[in-house]
Amino acid sequence: MSGLAARDLAVARGGVPLLAGLSFDVAPGSALVLTGRNGIGKTTLLRTLAGLQPPLVGEVTPGGDRIAYGAHADGMKGTLTVAENLAFWAKMHGAGDIAAALEAFQLSALRDRAAQHLSAGQRRRLGLARMLLTGRPIWLLDEPTVSLDRDSVLRFADAVRAHLGGGGIAVLASHVDLGIEAQVLELEAFRVRPGTVQGDVFAGEAVE
Amino acid sequence: MIRILARDLRLAVRAGGGFGLSLAFFLIVVVLVPFAIGPETARLSPIAPGVLWIGALLACLLSLDRVFALDREDGALDLLATAPVPLEGVALAKAAAHWLTTGLPLSLAAPFLAVLLGLPWPGHPWLCVSLLVGTPALSLIGTFGAGLTVGLKRGGLLLSLLVLPLYVPTLIFGADVARRGAEGLDLGAPLSLLGAVTAGCVALLPFATAAALRVNLR
Repeated sequence: MSGLAARDLAVARGGVPLLAGLSFDVAPGSALVLTGRNGIGKTTLLRTLAGLQPPLVGEVTPGGDRIAYGAHADGMKGTLTVAENLAFWAKMHGAGDIAAALEAFQLSALRDRAAQHLSAGQRRRLGLARMLLTGRPIWLLDEPTVSLDRDSVLRFADAVRAHLGGGGIAVLASHVDLGIEAQVLELEAFRVRPGTVQGDVFAGEAVE
Repeated sequence: MIRILARDLRLAVRAGGGFGLSLAFFLIVVVLVPFAIGPETARLSPIAPGVLWIGALLACLLSLDRVFALDREDGALDLLATAPVPLEGVALAKAAAHWLTTGLPLSLAAPFLAVLLGLPWPGHPWLCVSLLVGTPALSLIGTFGAGLTVGLKRGGLLLSLLVLPLYVPTLIFGADVARRGAEGLDLGAPLSLLGAVTAGCVALLPFATAAALRVNLR
């Protein structure tokens, strides 16, 4: 299985270039943590890696079909129960059994609870449990630990470690130290400063 | 695709899903007409097919802005876009779910509501047939409009403005089938044209919807 690679990547949000000149490799079994202040483009970068938006320039390999994206918004329906929500995504990704995912994030006791009656942290765990069901080798996680308590953060870190142990890849945008051995990519260095950028970013197809 | 369809149907019938809303709207519009026009059958029956078709069309419009907007808000649309299912399939499943929750109940209820407007007898089954053939096109066109406006706040009004002109061919042929049916005339030509519009929509619009969604997801 090959890793995740970005080559000379530039990303934009709403037509405004945010980050440029990004190149990195993440080997199977390892993690990459993206850091940087709010608004620097962590989410935009993750969406680009996930194939949800095209990069301004550069390329990402592999394509979106190897990647599971976990966003701020978890896509769970409030009127469906925990088990129904997970079963839907499990079937979409061709996975059968949701019991392991429920167990990994301590959701078994909540399985028949409507998702709208979950607390923020429980709901977050539900969103993270979905990642296990996708069966995809590359996880992109945007602020995965928001509203999780200490115990849940540890469980989440265990889940990520297990994923990495199985040859998976994780890219996390997070401010919390999860205790996972990972490369750190400080995005500040790649920030596009208004007015100071010359060359390739604006030369080509930068402005749509 | 079937999964998405099943999930949307389940969501629709759960609390707050809006199932039955279109039907209730349709009922009220049709009941209001005799109040405005007057109760004489002689006046009502000639306009009954047209009124019923316009009522059905507006009722279809009512739930369109929810087709993608809810999935967009809670992030499900992003996840569906990265799931191993083509966006064209998502679009078709969404349109099918919309039709099953609005078009189909409207079509089945219309012949009964037609009694309120004094539609002459042979018209009832033909009204039902015209709606059954025509409303899938309304759902597909509406899903396309919803895909175009999914990124917009308060996109509902713009959606109506976009979609209503596109409904014109379906309305013309559909109401014509119902009218000819009520008058006992030959209706082969408008019925086949109505079917052709729907078939064209099924073939083309899922692709257009998926393209619109891809642009809006950026």
